[in-house]
Amino acid sequence: MTATLSVDRLRVSFSHRTGSIDAVDRVSLEIAPSECVGIVGESGSGKTQIFMAAMGLLPRNAQVSGSVRFAGNELLALDAPALNRVRGSKLTMIFQDPMTSLTPHLKIGTQLAEVMVAHLGVSWKDARSFAGRMLERVHVPEPQRRLNQYPHELSGGMRQRVMIAMSLLCEPSLVIADEPTTALDVTIQAQIIELLRAVRGEFGMALVLISHDLAVVAGLADRILVMYAGNVVENSIAAELFRHPRHPYTAELLKCMPSVSGPRLARLPTLAGQPPRPGELLEACPFAPRCSRAADRCRIERPQLSGSPASQVACHFPLTA
Amino acid sequence: MNNTLLRVRDLRVDFGAHAVVRGVNFDLSAGETVGLVGESGSGKSTLARAILRLLQAAQGSVEFLGLDLLKCPPAALRAQRRGLQIVFQDPLASLDPRMTVGETIAEPLKVFEPGLSAGARRQKVGDMLQRVGLSSEVSGRYPHEFSGGQCQRIGIARAMILSPKLLICDEIVSSLDVSIQGQIVNLLLDLQDAGMAVLFISHNLAVVRHLCHRVLVMYLGKLVEIAPCDALFASPVHPYTRALLAAVPHMPHAAVAAAPAAPGEPASSGEPAASGEVDTPGEVDAPGEVAALDLTASGCAFRDRCPYALPVCETSDPPLLEVAPGHWAACHRSHETLNGLFCAS
Repeated sequence: MTATLSVDRLRVSFSHRTGSIDAVDRVSLEIAPSECVGIVGESGSGKTQIFMAAMGLLPRNAQVSGSVRFAGNELLALDAPALNRVRGSKLTMIFQDPMTSLTPHLKIGTQLAEVMVAHLGVSWKDARSFAGRMLERVHVPEPQRRLNQYPHELSGGMRQRVMIAMSLLCEPSLVIADEPTTALDVTIQAQIIELLRAVRGEFGMALVLISHDLAVVAGLADRILVMYAGNVVENSIAAELFRHPRHPYTAELLKCMPSVSGPRLARLPTLAGQPPRPGELLEACPFAPRCSRAADRCRIERPQLSGSPASQVACHFPLTA
Repeated sequence: MNNTLLRVRDLRVDFGAHAVVRGVNFDLSAGETVGLVGESGSGKSTLARAILRLLQAAQGSVEFLGLDLLKCPPAALRAQRRGLQIVFQDPLASLDPRMTVGETIAEPLKVFEPGLSAGARRQKVGDMLQRVGLSSEVSGRYPHEFSGGQCQRIGIARAMILSPKLLICDEIVSSLDVSIQGQIVNLLLDLQDAGMAVLFISHNLAVVRHLCHRVLVMYLGKLVEIAPCDALFASPVHPYTRALLAAVPHMPHAAVAAAPAAPGEPASSGEPAASGEVDTPGEVDAPGEVAALDLTASGCAFRDRCPYALPVCETSDPPLLEVAPGHWAACHRSHETLNGLFCAS
């Protein structure tokens, strides 16, 4: 089976007054058809930049090398018109803040219909009626009325539903959801997670769910990639990752998550130190300075991702089950 | 606890024609940490600002150490604010980018203790920086040189320098990564041990649970449930509280238990046995979203989202009543909930 998205040794760096810094450092990953992959990491770990590179949405000062293949096409080699045929139709993205990702001065119906007019060449009339039906499928109440409303007239949760509807209009094979619930209240977050679960079942597309919150990803992802300082440090089947985290960083991250069940703790576990500044540790394991298992080898040789398909880890001394 | 520090009575704040805080009553004792939770738009931050008189309340009283802050003259209010400090959500935006960290933390001392010598002030600032886990050497640096978690510590140091009786924390861990969040929560736990009272506003129920003695739940400007922390999480009474708890995404139980202790650290004990099952989130009890409240309407503000609403909920707004010792809820059906009529999810 060919992968829907295949990223190979992707490097994203940003040039800067004093040089350039790597945000994504030789990352390789594959997303299979109709698979849901969670990408987890703290701010600055590079989790978003991988997919911004795939979508061609990086700022001008970014340099990209490596390969991102989507449905057999090398995305990094496509020119803007060719890329525009793919993104927004077969490869779509949902962002954190649904207010800033919708155009404030266009009606919801216009924004949705525009996608289909541009990509499928259907008439505005047909596109609008299809848009109304799509809003209904993502459980937007009173879809016909919503078509004539502007984004500011909708709540945050409703706007995110509109974004999800928009991402589904052209039967995508991959939807990338970047922190889709982070800006929302916990009750609305639960509704949006349920909706993503439902549309995944209904449309059968692959889904990438990027989040800083392992708990959000836990309920939805088949597989989870943990990122740290621009590297994938663990890539495991979700249940396996929670049961037997193998990278020390994954284990620490799991420990740090406060819970609403289980015993109350006198102190919350913390992770001492800071992630390395980009470009600081070129040859060493990026987690070594904060890792209690680090040995001399970790400080001179960067570990590569290896292991079985069920569980891969980039660590010289991984935790064992 | 009898040692009341803050007594809020019938507090109401209007924004134009909208009542954003509607008749809030609660007490906060010395040394107590109280959590204030609710969705965005429920009025949590507005309540905090009204308590500090950073915005004008329409009616009610806020007694701090026996003095009504809402009625006292400006000079007296200024004096009282020394004992009542706030830390804001955005750590970077709440620090002046042109002031060094040392100047920022020293500023309250200059205002309230003008007699203090520069040397003594420096000493106090250095001590405070160490207390929040930063080195005293950083006092010459500027906010942009620090990470979000460090800036939040600086904000806490600024609030703490006058040794306030009460610290109001408005979503101070929301913008922080999970590994940093624990450090700030632990710092608050230290301050708690030192006898400081905290009003901790947060939408993160897991953090509230680990930090607070009591929890206030707010919905559309009203407190709908007040309970000791353990009681609130073990047996929530108001359907809104139960919906909030049900919506929290669950980590698979195995995660905590299976996380191996790093070498040299004691193994965590007392965790439930690893089941390895991935929990699916519980049924969401509150469909729909917070709506703007129609003030002309009578009845319970939550009724349209409430799966247990009765005809009486349409006509009469339930008062906040004590349903168990120290446990208050504003729901017509709270006794049925307590008797286990609706099985807890």
